[in-house]
Amino acid sequence: MTENTLLSVEDVVVDLPTPRGNLRAVDRVNLTVGAGQTLGVVGESGCGKTMLSRAILQLLPKKAKLSGRVMFDGQDLLQLAPEKLRKLRGRSLAVVFQDPMTSLNPVLTIGTQLIETLQEHLELDDATARKRSVELLAAVGIPAPEQRLAQYPHQLSGGMRQRVAIAIALSCEPKLLIADEPTTALDVTIQAQILDLLAREQRRRHMAMILITHDLGVVAGRTDEVAVMYAGRVVERAPTPALFKKMRMPYTEALLAALPRLDAAPHTPLPAISGRPPDPTRPLQGCSFSPRCRYAVARCQVEKPPLTAAGSREHQYACFHPIGIHAEAGA
Amino acid sequence: MLQTVQAASNEPLLAVDDLVVEYPVGAKIVHAVSGVSLQIARGETLGLVGESGCGKSTLGRAVLQLRRPTSGRVLFDGHDLTTMQGDALRQMRRRVQLIFQDPIASLNPRRKIGDIVAEPLVIAGVKDPQKREQLVHEVLSAVGLDPTLVVGRLPHEFSGGQCQRICIARALILNPEFIVCDEPVSALDVSIRAQILNLLEEMKGRFGLTLLFIAHDLAVVKAVSDRVAVMYLGRLCEVGPSEQLFARPAHPYTALLIEAIPVPDPDVRPTETVPVGEPPSPIAPPSGCRFRTRCPRADRRCSDEMPELRAVAPGQLVACHHPLI
Repeated sequence: MTENTLLSVEDVVVDLPTPRGNLRAVDRVNLTVGAGQTLGVVGESGCGKTMLSRAILQLLPKKAKLSGRVMFDGQDLLQLAPEKLRKLRGRSLAVVFQDPMTSLNPVLTIGTQLIETLQEHLELDDATARKRSVELLAAVGIPAPEQRLAQYPHQLSGGMRQRVAIAIALSCEPKLLIADEPTTALDVTIQAQILDLLAREQRRRHMAMILITHDLGVVAGRTDEVAVMYAGRVVERAPTPALFKKMRMPYTEALLAALPRLDAAPHTPLPAISGRPPDPTRPLQGCSFSPRCRYAVARCQVEKPPLTAAGSREHQYACFHPIGIHAEAGA
Repeated sequence: MLQTVQAASNEPLLAVDDLVVEYPVGAKIVHAVSGVSLQIARGETLGLVGESGCGKSTLGRAVLQLRRPTSGRVLFDGHDLTTMQGDALRQMRRRVQLIFQDPIASLNPRRKIGDIVAEPLVIAGVKDPQKREQLVHEVLSAVGLDPTLVVGRLPHEFSGGQCQRICIARALILNPEFIVCDEPVSALDVSIRAQILNLLEEMKGRFGLTLLFIAHDLAVVKAVSDRVAVMYLGRLCEVGPSEQLFARPAHPYTALLIEAIPVPDPDVRPTETVPVGEPPSPIAPPSGCRFRTRCPRADRRCSDEMPELRAVAPGQLVACHHPLI
C-alpha cells in the first residue's frame, strides 16, 4: 500500500464546540487510500464518517477544530493556502454528496454548472467545454444529454440529479472521489445503477474512491478495504474479503447481524443491538461500544482499546475481546 | 371486476376492492393508485413494497380515509369506510392507526411526551385524567420506555429510535385492531431498526394486531410479513406468501427488485441485470402493463393489453403476460 499511497489521514481529530460542551466528532483516525483503490467507510449516524470526509476536503464548519495531518498526493492539505486548496478541490479531489440538490445550484442550468467547472479548472474554451459536458452526461447514462444542458436541477429526477452530480465530480478527472452516501436517497433499482456507474468510471479512470455508507451491503462487493467507524473512531479496518470472512470487532458483527436478510424466514427475531451509541459530548473512559457489547468485561469500561493489528498486518481492530481469538485476548 | 387476493383466513379484517386514487396537479391528473384489490386476514401482516412514487403510501392513506379514494371500496370488518362520514368514521378510526416514517416530525415538538401519548384518549373521550395517566404508563412500558422518565420531557430530548417507540405507544393506546405502518424504520440506523422491527413484532403478538407494513426495503418487509404485495406505478404486480414470493418471484419486476438489493457478502457479485431507466411518471403511465418500459420480457402484447392478477402458484398471484413461473 505504501509505495503508491494517494491519501493518508494521520491522527486526525475533529472537535466541534456545542452548547453542551466539546463534541469530538473524529477521534484520532488513521487511514490510507492507494491510487485507484476503493476504501469503504461504514458506520451509523453520528459516528463521524461525514466529518472525516469533510476534514479530508477541508470543508468543516467554521467553528470546528482540526488537528493531525492529511497528506494527499504529496501535499499536506492542512498547510495548503486557501487558494491552492480551492484549485485542488474539484480538480484532483472531488466529492459526491448524499442529496444531489445540496451540491447542485438550483438557479443554474445543468450545462452552466458543468461548463463552469470545466472552464474553472481546465481552462477550456466554450465550444470544447460544451462538447465535453455532453460527453460526460452521456458517460453517466443521461439520455438526450444535449437537451439536458438547458435544464435546471428541479426538472430531473433524484437519480438523474445524482448522475449530474457525478458527471460534475468526474469532469476534471479527479485522482480521488469521495462519495458520501451517494445512493442513500435513491430507490434500490436506481441505487444499483449508480453504484455500477461509480465502479465503472472508477476502473476506467483509475481513480481512487472513498465510499461512505451506513450499509454493509453496499461496501461488500464494491470496495478493496473497509473501515468501520463507531463514536468517532475507526474500530475495525481490513481488506474487504478478510473483514466479511473474519470480523473481529463485536460491533461489526452486531451491525451485520442486525441487518434483515432476504434468506431468513419471516418473523425471525433480529439480533438487535441494545441501547444506542454514546452521547458524543460525554465520551466514555473505556471502549465506546462496551455498554452495548455482549463480550464486554470490566477492563472494557475503564480502558480504551487501541486500534491494533493481529494475525495479518492489514487487519486492525480496537477490541480487547476480539471474536475468534478470545483465548489469547483474555491473557 | 378485478380478481381479489385470497387471504389465509376466510374472514378478512380489511378488504380493499378496486381502489382508485387520482389527484389533480395543475391541469393534469396523477394516477397514484389504479384499481388495487387486496385483503388482509385478522392477525396477518401484509407487506407492501415498491419504489418511491409507486403509490404505496397513497394506498395506505386511502385505506384509512386520510385521502378519500376516487373510486372503489375499503371494507373494514365488513363496513365500507369510503361511505362513512363524521361521527361514524371517527368511531371506526379508533380501531385503526397509522405510524409514519419520520418519528421526530410526527411528534409535536412543543408538547410533552405524556400529553402526546394521551391525546388519542382525550379525543376518544376518556375524561378521567387518572385513567389516562395509567394507560399512558402501561403503553409506554410496553414499548420499552420508562414512563416516569419520559412523560414530562419533550420530543427533542429523544433519539429517532426512541421517538418511534413513542409513536408506536401513541398508536397502541386506543387498543386498535389494525395499524398501517408507513416506512416505520427507514429513517432509523441499522442497529436501531432491528430493535423497532422486533418491537413491532412483539406488539403485534401481544395486542393481536393486523398490520399493513409499507416499505421500500424488501429485506425489512420480508422480516415481518406473512404475505407481500409488490406495487409498481399504481398497480399491484404480484402478491404472495413472503417465503414463496422471494424464493420464486413470478413478476420480472419482483425479480429485479430482489436482485438489486446489495448483499453484505463480498463473494456475491453485484448483478448486471438491474432494470434500466427509471419509473415513468404517474401522470402519463404507459399503456398495458405499466412496467413494460423497463421490462426485459416486454413485447407487443404488454403494450396493448393490461395484465390482470391471476394465480400462478397456491396463494401467489401475478399481473404479467410473461411470468417467470
